[in-house]
Amino acid sequence: MAVDNRFAQQHWEKRNGESPGIRSEIVTGPVANWATDFSHAEPEWAADPYSIQDDLRQRCPIAHTNRFGGGWLATRYEDVAAIAHDTEHFSSRSIIMGNFRPPRELAPAGGSPPITSDPPFHHDARTLLLPAFTKTAVGKQEPAARQLCHSLIDALDGRDVVDGAADYAHHIPVRVIADMLGFPAQDGPQFREFAKNTLEGINLPTQERVTRKSALFHYLLAQVHDHLENPRDDLTTFLINAELNGRKLDVSHVVGTMTLLLIAGIDTTWSAIGASLWHLAKYPRDRERLVAEPELLPTAMEEFLRAYAPVTMARLVKGDMRFGGVDMKAEDWVLLSFPAANRDPAHFDRAGEVVIDREVNRHAAFGLGIHRCLGSHLARMELQVALEVWLQRIPSFSLADPSAVSWSAGQVRGPRALPLRIGD
Amino acid sequence: MKLQIDVGLCQGHGRCYDLAPSLFGDDEEGYGKVLGDGAVPPEKEDEARRAELNCPEGAISLIEGT
Repeated sequence: MAVDNRFAQQHWEKRNGESPGIRSEIVTGPVANWATDFSHAEPEWAADPYSIQDDLRQRCPIAHTNRFGGGWLATRYEDVAAIAHDTEHFSSRSIIMGNFRPPRELAPAGGSPPITSDPPFHHDARTLLLPAFTKTAVGKQEPAARQLCHSLIDALDGRDVVDGAADYAHHIPVRVIADMLGFPAQDGPQFREFAKNTLEGINLPTQERVTRKSALFHYLLAQVHDHLENPRDDLTTFLINAELNGRKLDVSHVVGTMTLLLIAGIDTTWSAIGASLWHLAKYPRDRERLVAEPELLPTAMEEFLRAYAPVTMARLVKGDMRFGGVDMKAEDWVLLSFPAANRDPAHFDRAGEVVIDREVNRHAAFGLGIHRCLGSHLARMELQVALEVWLQRIPSFSLADPSAVSWSAGQVRGPRALPLRIGD
Repeated sequence: MKLQIDVGLCQGHGRCYDLAPSLFGDDEEGYGKVLGDGAVPPEKEDEARRAELNCPEGAISLIEGT
């Protein structure tokens, strides 16, 4: 058998330097006008994106900014859906709107297949992973997730005030994805740092971003080497052995996909669980109803996903074009706000209200089109188990200090500090 | 009444087999599939409509009178 030298040092060293691509000027500070200068990285956005989005949807449904080298923000369901489905004019080469555009040559694979991939490559890269993320496949993780939730709640015993985000929600996706990738469970705290750097560090100085990205790359490469020496039944070994068109994946594909699986599932699911707990702490009537009618939880959960959709995606405009009454230029960013689409009154009745028994809920929390969240079945399983176990064990809780709740900025929104008072 | 999934539109969100598991299943890649011949018995028409109305891609159609 030939030695697998794809992961030898000389093959990835070139990645480690300053990567080619276009960097734009970092612009921070208060937003003057959300229609012409928006920024999803500012504290006003983190504090309340919904009123900003509702306002824009009415007066400027495709807003613009010169920050991040130029970009657009779509807030109507119709526009978000159209862009998500239009892979001919909008590229996924980078899906995090920041001050760095990877080189065009990176398409159609992009840095983290398949989320950063365009057709036709996208289909093959995605099909490779789909069987591992079906509802049936992720169901195998459910008993361990349930047990973890119980042990997290056991550990809260005796405390009046706990942090629903840091003490509970955070740990669930971290542990599940560590198990699926075959990474040591004790490395969980590092994963959170990796995710935060990738998603919330968009306005950090370039060198800092490169250094942090490099730390993640080296961590993943060390995991690859560990799996080469000790192959086991997990996604890392699967990716190392996987083939596309009769060829094993190259190092950038293997590590890029590992990056995606590690980063994409952590902050997103954590955010969905945290936002749901926040809602239930704030609205006792909904909490009491779900405790009394646990069979309503799957329906309520979809409503939490609609109203508090954690994820916004980005695209890059492929060539100059007219869209929705604006002139988009090649390489402009477009933010696909699934949270804003989910609150569009043209698509949902009582769009701004949380209706936990909403029967018809065609929301876009997991995206639309060919990039539908690969982990959506996993996320739903984790969210359902996390809420079920919490409500069984802690049926009564409230916000301990509403002003101490803090929400993340950027493209993944969820509570990062959520002090909850347990009991009546 | 008969159910159909447009395979060109289905992206594997799985709302149909979540909401109407006696009418829909998933394939090995998680895409939805209609179970049996797609015929909907009268007592399951509400379930079928619920699946149709909740598909984020609008991939499900209900053909009346069949």
